[in-house]
Amino acid sequence: MSCWQTITDYGLRSIGIGERLLPRDDFTICQQFTLIGSGMLWNVYFGVLALAAGFFLATALALGKASRNVVLRKISVWFIFIFRGSPLFIQFFFAYFLFLSLKPVSPIFDPFTSAWLGALVVLFFNTAAYSGEIFYGALMSVPRGDMEAADAYGMSGWPRFRRITWPTMLRLAWPAYTNEAIFLFHATTLVFFSGFPAWQQRGDALYYANYFADKTFNPFIPYPILALYFILLTLCIIAIFGAVNRRLNRHLPTGAVARLRVKLNLLR
Amino acid sequence: MTWLICYLTTGKHLAFYASFGTVLLLLAITAPAALAFGFAGASAARSRVAPLRWIGKTYIAIVRGVPDIAFFLFFVLALDIFFEWIRHEIKCPDWDQPIWQGNDFVVCAAAKLPLGNAPQWVHETYGFFLAVLTFAIVFGAFAANVLFGAMRAVPRAQLETAEAYGMSRRQVYWRILVPQMWIYALPGLSNLWMVLIKATPLLFLLGVEDIVYWARELGGAKTPRFTDYPHPDWRMWYFLFLLVFYLAFTRVSEIVLDRITTRLRHGQATIGGTAQRSAT
Repeated sequence: MSCWQTITDYGLRSIGIGERLLPRDDFTICQQFTLIGSGMLWNVYFGVLALAAGFFLATALALGKASRNVVLRKISVWFIFIFRGSPLFIQFFFAYFLFLSLKPVSPIFDPFTSAWLGALVVLFFNTAAYSGEIFYGALMSVPRGDMEAADAYGMSGWPRFRRITWPTMLRLAWPAYTNEAIFLFHATTLVFFSGFPAWQQRGDALYYANYFADKTFNPFIPYPILALYFILLTLCIIAIFGAVNRRLNRHLPTGAVARLRVKLNLLR
Repeated sequence: MTWLICYLTTGKHLAFYASFGTVLLLLAITAPAALAFGFAGASAARSRVAPLRWIGKTYIAIVRGVPDIAFFLFFVLALDIFFEWIRHEIKCPDWDQPIWQGNDFVVCAAAKLPLGNAPQWVHETYGFFLAVLTFAIVFGAFAANVLFGAMRAVPRAQLETAEAYGMSRRQVYWRILVPQMWIYALPGLSNLWMVLIKATPLLFLLGVEDIVYWARELGGAKTPRFTDYPHPDWRMWYFLFLLVFYLAFTRVSEIVLDRITTRLRHGQATIGGTAQRSAT
């Protein structure tokens, strides 16, 4: 079987297109590359959607934590504390069993027990909490002068937030936020190792890497392949976020812009 | 009520409570071990001997680029193979078959680890030992990174002054650099401690019977046929309990680490240290 054949058979295996049975023995390098790469689709799916949705909730949480309203502040502080203070792994388990026991209550919760939605919700809340804390820190360090200048121009309320506070906050938070994005993509590998079942063996990259390692008792091939994919993914994230960083800082004189220093990987 | 008390003190539940001890034990062993690995890594990375420096830097760089859970899964298997291979080389020198037979890894019976006829607790201890070693290696890399940064943060002037006093490189390192670096390393290390706490549930993936394992076991629905205490699916409540446990643990750690920071900052020539001095 040629490698091209393998790619057409298993390239989209993780989303249920192509060959139904996974290879059972005589694993080739090509099969391992294809299947693990196919699993990366899930990692990207979880990462991108959770990050995109989490961004807005994170902004809301940061504003809530900085708000003068006691109720809003308490809610935000507790939300951030709960999701940052406990392991993501336990959160996955808890959410899965929570959705499982909510299932009899209403059919609305049916899709939540499967990974594509349930795990996404957990990742969404989790990244919102972590980014919310980052944004809050940035919000607190928006220079007072900027706000005074905005006042002097007669801006207040929404226009001031949209045109002054928010862009400055993002600009300050961006390097830390880039790290958060990288962590999030790495955290997506936990999904299929917690309660969420991989339906019809449609798993993420680590799921397949683990499958190969278990079958062959040889970790030295699948895990380095996985590592390679993740390093590529990380480089993509750095490229995209670096471009955004340059755009956010484009009004500053060159030299004043802090280079995006990326500190890789601590798990949560 | 009586039912609940009886239920919560069954043998299985006592094992569940004991597994909290396993987690704490893991933390108690791993934290110093990771610190030692980190210290060795950081010292190697700033060594004057080039190969040593490369080893240190590679160690830090590789572990940081890849999802940690992949490392947890990788190292346990890899270390197991590595140990068995070493024992195989020592114990069975006249073994003529290749170790890798296709996709199978085969060593002689005497080199199996643990031995096939070993009692159950040896297997469990060996699994736990592999887990601790894996945690120490992975977190050692993070600690090495933090300590490497901290060593570079110690003001040059301090080291130059020491050299001017005629101290040797070794003396400068042990008497000036190492005592002063901790305050710079502390924010990173305390962050690392938090991450380490939150990584402990991954023990479950390494096959150790930890709190996640027991919560899943005990929470599952039980029928009257097999147990005196039948109940529906309670896994949600067990995991809620774990969630609360971890929240409390991180909160307490936060408070303690804050105290330590205050203590270490005493008399340091940093903004924090100066603020402390003027306050009192």
